[in-house]
Amino acid sequence: MIARLREMHAPRAWALLAGAALATTLLPFLGLPDHLVPLFGKFLCFGIAALAMDLVWGYAGILSLGHGLFFALGGYGMGMYLMRSIAGEGVYRSNLPDFMVFLDWKELPWYWHGFQSFPFAIAMALAVPGLLALVFGWFAFRSRIRGVYFSIVTQALTYAATLLFFQNATGFGGNNGLTDFKRILGWPLHAPETRRLLYVASAIALVGTYLLCRFVVTSRLGRVLTAVRDAELKTRFCGYESTNYKVFVWTLSAVLCAMAGALYVPQVGIINPSEMQPSNSIEMAIWVAVGGRGTLGGALLGAWLVNGGKSWLTSAFPSAWLYAFGGLFVAVTLFLPRGLVGLLPKLKLGVGRLAGQLRPGRQT
Amino acid sequence: MSLMPIPPVMDDDADASSRPTPILAVPIPEAARQPLVLWVENLSVSFDGFKALDDVTLTLDRGELRCLIGPNGAGKTTLMDCITGKTRPDSGQVFLDSRLTDLTKLSECRIAELGIGRKFQRPTVFQGHTVYENCELALKGKKGVFRTLFARLSGAERKRIDEILELIGLAEHAGRQAGLLAHGQKQWLEIGMLLAQDPKVLLVDEPVAGMTHAEMERTADLLKSLAGKHTIVVVEHDMEFVRSIARRVTVLHEGKVLADGPMAQIQKNPRVVEVYLGE
Repeated sequence: MIARLREMHAPRAWALLAGAALATTLLPFLGLPDHLVPLFGKFLCFGIAALAMDLVWGYAGILSLGHGLFFALGGYGMGMYLMRSIAGEGVYRSNLPDFMVFLDWKELPWYWHGFQSFPFAIAMALAVPGLLALVFGWFAFRSRIRGVYFSIVTQALTYAATLLFFQNATGFGGNNGLTDFKRILGWPLHAPETRRLLYVASAIALVGTYLLCRFVVTSRLGRVLTAVRDAELKTRFCGYESTNYKVFVWTLSAVLCAMAGALYVPQVGIINPSEMQPSNSIEMAIWVAVGGRGTLGGALLGAWLVNGGKSWLTSAFPSAWLYAFGGLFVAVTLFLPRGLVGLLPKLKLGVGRLAGQLRPGRQT
Repeated sequence: MSLMPIPPVMDDDADASSRPTPILAVPIPEAARQPLVLWVENLSVSFDGFKALDDVTLTLDRGELRCLIGPNGAGKTTLMDCITGKTRPDSGQVFLDSRLTDLTKLSECRIAELGIGRKFQRPTVFQGHTVYENCELALKGKKGVFRTLFARLSGAERKRIDEILELIGLAEHAGRQAGLLAHGQKQWLEIGMLLAQDPKVLLVDEPVAGMTHAEMERTADLLKSLAGKHTIVVVEHDMEFVRSIARRVTVLHEGKVLADGPMAQIQKNPRVVEVYLGE
């Protein structure tokens, strides 16, 4: 047990990690202004999604351009709970969610039943995307669809889902999605305390996700995944059924991403099909590429830097964001194939060299 | 890590005819008394009308070191692909150890689990992993997803890896990233990974390509020392190397077995000289 923990991190890194986790979790109580709490909470959710993305892309070499779908599905699960838990308090005072009254529906569709229960809704928010990923992954990986072909299929999948969810008849509020939430587990969503608690829940989920991912990538299974990424056929000749490994990591990643989505929705107050748009999934891949794939810290760093930049730019120079984003992606691809984290060794080298030059009486 | 007990090699073919046919009501499990370890029977594969393998039949004795030679396009690699499950043959069967399971119906990993290991033509190691981790991943054992998630090296397994690293001369490179090794070292690492897998049959495709003379000699010694414990098939173009290790040679030509026999005899075979050995 202790030995396994040591494999995950050196004792000093554990101490550092514990400190960072504690500070992040307690941030709203350490002077983070109330109006920034939901924004930072959102970043934590993006961090979870970035870790999930890195697990499949960075470690197993499976580039998903459809993770936004799992994120959104998790969000819809939570959204359904938030709608159902306030039945009768909507604009129309109906037992049905407002958009159903608006569409003149008389009865709750069968797949909405049970969502008034929080545990059931959470279970569904994780299980449905997980099951979708399992089935999709099993068929795709078994047919040995890989590389760019797989990426395109995932992109098509999320696009198809967007179209489906845009339709009113699908039963998830169409274009507008689910919104006008009021309470979660009896706590009013707009109260600062609730927001802080949601932030703390997201932080705990992020720390848990990090630990789980770290456990996976430092296990032998993690080494098999990387081996599959580098030489899949060889792993098969070593006796590993690579399909099972890919399906496993793919499904795990989808579930983590769905959890991020479920935590995201109560903090932003809305979920609609635009969350599933292909561009959202591509954005997730860019976070990881910017930070540095194949390192969990890099994925987090990328998610936060890109989203921080986005929040700042979209308010300071609204039209500049897309150009900056595109430019960033091109720059990272061209100059930083290993992301910002890939700069670290170079930076150390540079500092070392500089120090060496400054030291009197020593030539480098 | 314990090696599989290998049944003693039975009498040579010469004595086989003089042996009385056993009269038994219950047949003895074939594996227990089988001098043969691998059967390839009437294997045919064609790619877009090109017959890569045309009705190939061959058997391997337990513990032998067989060389497989032939000009380019003779079907050597295709034969290995069929045995290891990478290519599905159009017809024919492959059996390992007992004649119960037809390998041509199984997946690559299942075949590997049953005991066939393979070294590729181009050295293929897990570039991003250290030499030690490469051996760890190759180790014989259960290779299911959840078992692997919680798997830890036992003392015996560590000892086995150390032994292998010693044997392939990479002990001091254990912590080095495999992608950074020299070409010859990668070849050895791949052979080491095969040993960690502890297969019954090792298929070794061009083990000395790109090696220096000294490295070649060491590889020859290594392969010779492994024969007996394992059954080994070596595909190689370097005739000098083949001469240095071969006892029995099978020559493939245009997807067919052209000749089969001891090295000395093969070298004198006029057909072989004509299509392959030349000069």
